[in-house]
Amino acid sequence: MGRRAGAPEVNAGSMADIAFLLLIFFLVTTTIETDAGLDRMLPPIEPPETDVIIKQKNIFQVSINKNGQLLADEELTDLKDLRAKAIAFLENNGDGTCGYCSGKKNPESSDNPDKAIISLKNDRETKYSTYITVQNELVGAYNDLRNRESMRLYNRKFVELEADYLNPETDKDLKEELKEKVKKIQELFPQKLSEAETSSSSSN
Amino acid sequence: MSKFKFKKTINTPEVSTASLPDIVFMLLFFFMTVTVMKDDTLKVINELPNATEIKKLEKKDRIITIYVGKPGLRYEKFFGTQPKIQIDDKFVSISDFGTTILAKINEKPEHLRPFITVSLKVDKTASMGLIDDVKQELRKIHALKINYTTYEGDTFINLGK
Repeated sequence: MGRRAGAPEVNAGSMADIAFLLLIFFLVTTTIETDAGLDRMLPPIEPPETDVIIKQKNIFQVSINKNGQLLADEELTDLKDLRAKAIAFLENNGDGTCGYCSGKKNPESSDNPDKAIISLKNDRETKYSTYITVQNELVGAYNDLRNRESMRLYNRKFVELEADYLNPETDKDLKEELKEKVKKIQELFPQKLSEAETSSSSSN
Repeated sequence: MSKFKFKKTINTPEVSTASLPDIVFMLLFFFMTVTVMKDDTLKVINELPNATEIKKLEKKDRIITIYVGKPGLRYEKFFGTQPKIQIDDKFVSISDFGTTILAKINEKPEHLRPFITVSLKVDKTASMGLIDDVKQELRKIHALKINYTTYEGDTFINLGK
């Protein structure tokens, strides 16, 4: 039990407490936040070189006025019914070329999903929250259809496939495989959602 | 035999806590490295709407965030109550908007520029007029990938009020 010579050791017992204090500080201040939202592509400003003639029946016109009322295909529509209406329009399959659609084949509505275009128009005084809700419902209509096809073909939801594909942690081989699947589904129901320039509120 | 007897009299040994600081430090470093301090102080009221069909914004390095909303209470006196655009820490008028975004794009490394996404964080109560102007400006400078950043949640809550 002889005392050893040399400088006495510093008591490190409180080290843990100090570290804990710091840890708790960082725990509290950390916000591991990943933002999420609706991805959209704006149309380029230059008009396309060739004018494409689109039949009126292939356009699903959605207009929102400044009071947040919705006009879908020239009918006053409740926002809650918009998704169903958009789905019915997209997979209407008027010309019968779409084998996977279960639409009504109404000759007055869209020919096939490839030709169907949804056009969204809003007023300058429309509230942003209403606009987002409408956007959400329209994207939702596409996603519902894509999910259905994806379930049929790959037994997985399209949104899951896509999320995995976009996740940077997914490994490369899997990504290639997913890329093809995602592309395939996207081709079945291409997202053609045009955002027309707004009408000014003076016109109504 | 006496060996075993001797052992029985010893108390149960305490667990050594000597490595506790190391463990805690490990956790500490983990949190220190993953922490992203907020780089923008919000000058506008920014309550995002809800949406369900959302996609995550991966890869922070290719995202430019703009905030739109009414100026916060502290700034109301100077900037009024009309919705304004905030980029970084400054209010930007719609006429300077294009050049500001272009400058921000040019700050990014060249290989990332084609993939730049503009994240629009717009307050619920803003009207579409300003957003349409923003969209128009973005089209002019060919920054076409946008993301309406939202919270996740029932989208019909947006309407009630």
